[in-house]
Amino acid sequence: MKIDVLYFAWVRERIGLPREKVETQAETVADLIAELCAREERYAYAFADLPALRVALDQELADFAAPLAGVREVAFFPPMTGG
Amino acid sequence: MQLVVQEDRFDIGRETEGFIAGLAGAGAVVTFIGLVRDNGGRLSAMEIEHYPGMTERAIAAIMEEAKARWSLADAMVIHRHGRLGPDEPIMMVATAAIHRADAFAAAEFLMDYLKSRAPFWKKEIGADGTEWVAAKDSDEAALTRW
Repeated sequence: MKIDVLYFAWVRERIGLPREKVETQAETVADLIAELCAREERYAYAFADLPALRVALDQELADFAAPLAGVREVAFFPPMTGG
Repeated sequence: MQLVVQEDRFDIGRETEGFIAGLAGAGAVVTFIGLVRDNGGRLSAMEIEHYPGMTERAIAAIMEEAKARWSLADAMVIHRHGRLGPDEPIMMVATAAIHRADAFAAAEFLMDYLKSRAPFWKKEIGADGTEWVAAKDSDEAALTRW
């Protein structure tokens, strides 16, 4: 399946792009992270500290164990600092 | 209910007047305006990144929750993104209710949730370089009181 993967703030800076299409068979968010980290060092660098990261599936906050079936858009970012 | 995410500066007076003009029978209005802190003069700009689409969804959900919890006549959230200078307004929340207790509580609730559940990220650009603003544990802890 093809998924849109988005990166924000320092995650975007470490990976070096704001979004990309990823062809993956990953079943969960954690599987997708493992696939990306195995690809290139910049992903491993961005995902080095998972507790410092948040994930959204189709624009809703989720957790790393969440399944990816039917998901079109995955976003990774640090804890939000709005207001 | 009005929700605006924009890059441009907004006019605090005009937004407040416009919000009040749309009300009927509300006895109390609370407004909060968040400004860019200048860090003792060391900040030259703040860059605010956001997640278009999710930002609007997340804020709308927070506003719906506020409406469900308190008896509100109306609520408004304006939040900016892009490059902002020191002391510029970042965002504004307004709530209206028949009595002030509901308006104050709902405004505080909206602020607490916007801080850590709306997908914005702040980067400070200053004399000492650039740095992403880190979320504080106290911001997350603030949600537990609701």
